[in-house]
Amino acid sequence: MQRRAFVVLMTLGGWSGGSALAATSTAATSSAAAAAAAPLAAPVPASLATDPLQSPQWPGMQKRFFDGQTVVFDPRVTVVMPASAEDPLLVPVEVHVTGLADVEQLLLFADLNPIPKILEYFPSQAEPSLAFRLKVEQSTPVRAAAKTRDGVWHVGGSWVSATGGGCTMPSVASSEPIWQERLGEVAARQWSRPAGHSRLRMRIIHPMDTGLAAGIPVFHVDTVTISDGGGRELARLVLFEPVSENPVLSVDLKHQGDLRIVGRDTQGNPIDARVSL
Amino acid sequence: MSPLPPPPRRLTASGVRLAAAALVAAFATASPVVIEAARAQTSIQAPGAASSPKRIADGVWFFEGAREHFSRANGGDIVNTGFIETADGAVVIDSGPSLRYGKAQREKIREVTGRDVRRVYITHAHPDHFLGNQAYEDVPVEALAPTVRVIQRDGETLTQNLYLLVGGAMSGTIPRAPSPLTGLGPGGAASAGTSPRLGDATTVEIGGRKLRLIALAGHTAADLAVFDEQTRTLFAGDLVFFERAPTTPNADLDVWLAALAQLQALPYQVLVPGHGPVVSDGAAIAQTRAYLEWIRDTLTTAAAEGLDMNEVMRTRAPERLRRLAVLEEEWQRSVMHLYPAIEERSLPITTPR
Repeated sequence: MQRRAFVVLMTLGGWSGGSALAATSTAATSSAAAAAAAPLAAPVPASLATDPLQSPQWPGMQKRFFDGQTVVFDPRVTVVMPASAEDPLLVPVEVHVTGLADVEQLLLFADLNPIPKILEYFPSQAEPSLAFRLKVEQSTPVRAAAKTRDGVWHVGGSWVSATGGGCTMPSVASSEPIWQERLGEVAARQWSRPAGHSRLRMRIIHPMDTGLAAGIPVFHVDTVTISDGGGRELARLVLFEPVSENPVLSVDLKHQGDLRIVGRDTQGNPIDARVSL
Repeated sequence: MSPLPPPPRRLTASGVRLAAAALVAAFATASPVVIEAARAQTSIQAPGAASSPKRIADGVWFFEGAREHFSRANGGDIVNTGFIETADGAVVIDSGPSLRYGKAQREKIREVTGRDVRRVYITHAHPDHFLGNQAYEDVPVEALAPTVRVIQRDGETLTQNLYLLVGGAMSGTIPRAPSPLTGLGPGGAASAGTSPRLGDATTVEIGGRKLRLIALAGHTAADLAVFDEQTRTLFAGDLVFFERAPTTPNADLDVWLAALAQLQALPYQVLVPGHGPVVSDGAAIAQTRAYLEWIRDTLTTAAAEGLDMNEVMRTRAPERLRRLAVLEEEWQRSVMHLYPAIEERSLPITTPR
């Protein structure tokens, strides 16, 4: 399925009219910018001048997501990705928040994606960390903003360079879509972790169409709520267009045992699954 | 452009590669070092053009590529190609990453052999191996049928992508699909769509020289190996890497490992890997096998433990594999290529039916 989407991206101009290949030419510049950025030692008020990722798009991001709110660049929030995106449709992202109490919400966005907003995560009974895969149009900063109970947004991130490669290029073989018959199907498993916690990994069958490829309207998973056996919410995700097709999500819950995963997509199709240890 | 000395990389590489030099000395009647030095005085080495060939057995030569990723500096010349002399002209194994490379390769073959090229075999559908085909439009160029189909389908994309990585060395390069080898291997021409038969082989005779063509797979959907019966030289294509981490964008690890077992069973005296130095023993196959098994086992274990991709990428390779060139990069790429399918098998379907 990813292959099919890749063909679309290549032939129809992808996200916004520029091809995925053309985008790779900015990689060297972006990497240079990333290399020039010094790691933060302590939180600093966020501005164009203090941006550790030196992204010209930061002011736009700040206005769009945090207008009128307090925002700091904070080294306690980290985004881990391979430096180079082997497949621009499948960039593995890992988010960590360490040493920051009372994180109520995570917001993920990519400055240079035509649709910057990636996902929101509400880890009420979970660690403020997660892993997923992302579609990128070109080299871009990927940021995680952690909102603490005092209303302050703590922002961390890193650059990913979107380069392909001769041997490295995935095949553009088409394959039969499984979305017709298995849409919303969840494959999931829970792993026991110390202190009564657990790792939940789930894969949801869904095309996650961005609406930017000609003739294919927006269609993606919207909310996913993870609850315990008694119906208490443990964590909630809201996904947006840039999350890779057939999303694979990893979260760390402060709970072990029966889980219910309930959600819907942008057309109201239900997602419903149960997981036990 | 004024004559320039060849890039130091080539001289250094030939100077320090003692094992390869010793091997060459064992099989060649003329010293390859002398050949290379003579060549260096008369030719200009443009980035990405085929280097001077090295003789590795009687009438068998190879062009050695850098053990690097594609870059503007190396112009895409990261691949080993080769040729076998016959009374009717040379048989080329892989045409390299660009028109420039293919033209230089053909010219150097004419210089060395005094004859033109009679036939070209393409081992598989990765762009560093077939994009020199344009230099051979008047020569039969052949490959396994699935290789032909992939080049027909993806050739443009692969070419554009390589342009972006290596730049001007690709100038003028457009993909040319080979003709399918008839009746051999996965979906041979007479039986398109039939299931692959690993190890199908046929022997062709060209200019008095018998070459065994062996249809394998695993690095890609179809990988051709060429075995020269006279000198027992095996051109293994990218089924074998040596001292350079293997690439896996289209790999099937289990099929690849089975192919390695078939190659190891051949009575070869010289083995030319797709990337890395030539060997005379089982070291290259053993190293490729060890790396692939490590990848497979590490990814399988990680999926069973519930790790996500970036966590898996932080796994360090065992000591014996750490000397491989571009190891870290290739390992990260392999996680991205192979982990999704492996983790999928670790996640049971939980939606009620």
